[in-house]
Amino acid sequence: MLSVETYQTITEAAGALGDRSRYIAGGTLVMRAVTYGDQRFDRIVRARQVDRTIGPDAAGLRIGAGSTMSDILASRDVEFLHTVAKLVGGPAIRNMATVGGNLFAPNPYGDFTVALLALDAQVVMANGQSESLESFLLGRDQVRGLVAAVTVPRIEPGSFRFKKVSRVKPKGISLMSIAVSLKRGDPRVVFGNMGPLPMRAKAAERALANGADETAIASACAVCTEGLQPADDSLATAWYRNEVAPVHLKRLLQNGGRS
Amino acid sequence: MSSIEFRKDLFADERDDTLKEIGKPTVRQDILGHVTGRTPYYDDHLFDGLLHMRAVRSPHHHAEIRSIDTSAAERMPGVRRVATAKDVPNNLNTLLSLINFGRDDEPLCAHTKVRYLGETVAWVIADTERQARDAVAAVRVDYAVLPHVLDVEEAIAPGAVVVNDIYPNNTFDYHEKYDHQKLRFGDVNAAFAQADHVIEADYQMSPIEQAPIETCGAIAAPETNDRFVCHTNTQALFFSLGTTAKLLDMASSRLHFIGGTAGGGFGGKVDSIVEPTAVLGAVLTGRPVKFAWDRYEEMQVGAPRGGERWRLKDGVMNDGRIIAREFTGFFDSGAYMRLSPYAIIKGTGHLPGPYTIPNVASNVYCCVTNRTPATAMRGFGITAVDFAIECQMDRVAEAVGMNPVELRILNAYRDGDMKAHRRKAKNTALIECCQVAASKANWPISANAVAQSSLSAGGQGERGIIPESATDEEGRIGERRQGRVPETSPSKSPTGRVPAGTHVEATVGVPVQNPDMQIDADRIGHKMGAVQTAPAAPVPPSPARVPAPTSAQPISPVAPPPVAPPPSATPPVATSPVATPPPPPDAPAPYQPDQPFNRGVKRPGRSPFTSGFRRR
Amino acid sequence: MAKTALTFTLNDAEAAVFVDPGAPLIDVLRRGVGDLTPKHGCGQGACGACTVLINGQAHLSCLTLAESVEGKTVETTAGLAGGPNLHALQDAFIEGFAAQCGFCTTGMLMAAKALLDANPNPSRTDVIEAISGNLCRCTGYEPIVDAVLSAAARLQGRTA
Repeated sequence: MLSVETYQTITEAAGALGDRSRYIAGGTLVMRAVTYGDQRFDRIVRARQVDRTIGPDAAGLRIGAGSTMSDILASRDVEFLHTVAKLVGGPAIRNMATVGGNLFAPNPYGDFTVALLALDAQVVMANGQSESLESFLLGRDQVRGLVAAVTVPRIEPGSFRFKKVSRVKPKGISLMSIAVSLKRGDPRVVFGNMGPLPMRAKAAERALANGADETAIASACAVCTEGLQPADDSLATAWYRNEVAPVHLKRLLQNGGRS
Repeated sequence: MSSIEFRKDLFADERDDTLKEIGKPTVRQDILGHVTGRTPYYDDHLFDGLLHMRAVRSPHHHAEIRSIDTSAAERMPGVRRVATAKDVPNNLNTLLSLINFGRDDEPLCAHTKVRYLGETVAWVIADTERQARDAVAAVRVDYAVLPHVLDVEEAIAPGAVVVNDIYPNNTFDYHEKYDHQKLRFGDVNAAFAQADHVIEADYQMSPIEQAPIETCGAIAAPETNDRFVCHTNTQALFFSLGTTAKLLDMASSRLHFIGGTAGGGFGGKVDSIVEPTAVLGAVLTGRPVKFAWDRYEEMQVGAPRGGERWRLKDGVMNDGRIIAREFTGFFDSGAYMRLSPYAIIKGTGHLPGPYTIPNVASNVYCCVTNRTPATAMRGFGITAVDFAIECQMDRVAEAVGMNPVELRILNAYRDGDMKAHRRKAKNTALIECCQVAASKANWPISANAVAQSSLSAGGQGERGIIPESATDEEGRIGERRQGRVPETSPSKSPTGRVPAGTHVEATVGVPVQNPDMQIDADRIGHKMGAVQTAPAAPVPPSPARVPAPTSAQPISPVAPPPVAPPPSATPPVATSPVATPPPPPDAPAPYQPDQPFNRGVKRPGRSPFTSGFRRR
Repeated sequence: MAKTALTFTLNDAEAAVFVDPGAPLIDVLRRGVGDLTPKHGCGQGACGACTVLINGQAHLSCLTLAESVEGKTVETTAGLAGGPNLHALQDAFIEGFAAQCGFCTTGMLMAAKALLDANPNPSRTDVIEAISGNLCRCTGYEPIVDAVLSAAARLQGRTA
């Protein structure tokens, strides 16, 4: 039988998490599972005080895990993430869905996490520990504890690009999403929905290591699907995804994603 | 606002132009309710003590049910009742049995095997929806998984898995004779031999879910007077009422159905599944019960417009005239028949599209597969073949190097032309549509094409008569499964010919309703007398044989047009090939009205809607 | 089953109700307090038929844990009209034929109200974006977008 436990802080809530429990933030994932009778959990844990602050910190920018997509859109400190947040759901979803929750969103959701991975974000847990988003994602199904915030290193202006490929506009779930950070010497190319988790296209990153001129873009696109594991689903086949991924990456690198 | 342009210059003398509302803004009579949220949808009726019913569904496409263990579910908190197939009094139906079409093939709840993914195998009724879901997860079903077939052509190949013994060839039986619906008009094979080009192509349409925003659902509750009220969003209230009465073996007079307000339907709310289920729940618990599909069920279990595959073959002359068109069509009916066999009859009447083609042949198969059963959707029976036809027209235009709009105008039907279903075309307007569309799209067409009219040259000479037609008897029921009919396309070697001007075959009347629809008086709660003596208005005398058909007054075509009666599967439809003697005297004399059974409303003595005699 | 007491403001009135653990707000609104205007279309945030305003912002009531609105303000279509007078959005929807089956309409109205409350003078693109989380299967979106723009003009004392 379902129960709901409400705590004051996320630290207390984190302490209450255990088997057959889920922490609820915006509700867009957990309430859907509740309504559809998910039998894997029956305790819902929530906290009254959630961190929705967004602002600079020593490492760059800190985004409280309870920040909603609308909070992102309202913050001038993370303007480079506005294009990403605006592509998550419709307005009502953006008023609910949180950055922390997005880290756990399965395909075809989780576009914001794709961007954070390209930005080399760090995940800060409620107990103060932190780890890179890349390693966090690998173990996200076994996560114990609660995410308190994510931090994003400062970025060079114009070095971050994002594209969500969707059949329905302005709001449709993504067939794939692509985030690119053209940080000098350490570029990142991340695909969403091209594998069970957001995945780095490391071969493409190597091709872009010395800049993103036409030759580098061409070679990056040629190898961008190496190591990715797209699946067939109701939106598209794996074959189709592999075919169009280089096309969308090329547009993103050449002109910021306009078709 | 969208702009509407009325082309009153077209066909002006055919119209008494007294339109008062069309073309002017108007206020919907129901919109005040919509914008205030007061429109009462079925779920907006509140009942104290409402219980929630959920289905246990098959995770397999095709499997034998070895056993169902509901004991754990029955002990779950809030659970009032777990029901299975044995709780359904008359657990076999086909939707169109209410208009006497097809064989009962579908249980409300699977009992021996499941035939599609998501088929119902049991239900749980509990205090809350969540409790019902939790208990559904606790029902243990032991399945023996069977091989399945998901493709229409694989389904009708020899040796294919039999989905349902009631249709052992995985096809609907047409006219008690063939495993497909035939259309023969002229002689396509002879015409292909004369054609400058023969153009063949396959077209396919995937299933399409109607996806109304409000999913299918119903609330049923015991009323006073031993009746049950059912609030439903059905698009077919009397279908749902009659189906519920039949499945639950309950007098229709004990059912009080309230509907008329649906949050979208588009054809997806005619299948009458949630209503008998909710009423069953109310009967079993004596409490108000809601049964509604969630979005996943609406998409997976809710019947879509079925997938179709069409193979078209056109014989075309260098000047663009299409002299022959052959169709081989496959409807994916899914695991059960529902409305698809009827859609094929309707669709066949539509062939070869809005064109005048002197030689047309078609074989259309209604195939049973292990997919979700298909049902109606806008343009039911017509949409996929129209898609195929219009794609094919573009291919033909390309093959002969012709402007595709001019090709359409050249081949367009005109008033007075004989259509392949042996009715003369009237009120045709394809030419004018093409002309206006070309002009709006700035698509150049020749002066000659601009000069054409639907009102001229139609019906002249051979355009107006039924041609001499080649016939065959290929594809009799069961032959394909035995490997004796390898081809699915219309026969390459016809065995018969019928003279020009004749109708080949005529369906005479309709037989009595299925035995299960012979309603005894107590089922409707008041005495009406025996079936044989019932009609106060006597059954019109049966004509000894069909009047000799004439081209001026067609009786019934090979493929009945949409308004013609759907031929029944049981008992046999009496068919009499023209120019053969009348049926032998010992043949059962079916009910033979002088007018074809038309939409079921003029049939004396019985109401096809309420599955009983009409009250007098 | 242990129920939780919940109080919140619903369309300018206090609402107090006991809720089942884990119940979504839409169930509490519809069956708990009898406000039938939010519609249940998908239960997964895809259709927007259950859109309500919480503290003035559009939310999906099917994905909102009922307990989370404790002490907050919830607005639904039931509170849109001011007494006998319809809201400008409602008038515009009526005149613009912006509903067919009506099932998406209440959600559309609330999504549109959230927009107009925040941005009284929206562009067509703003309107399309604002209702992008709300699906309509009948009328198409054009008359709805037109109606929202017309309502905005009306509220500004302009004619569209």
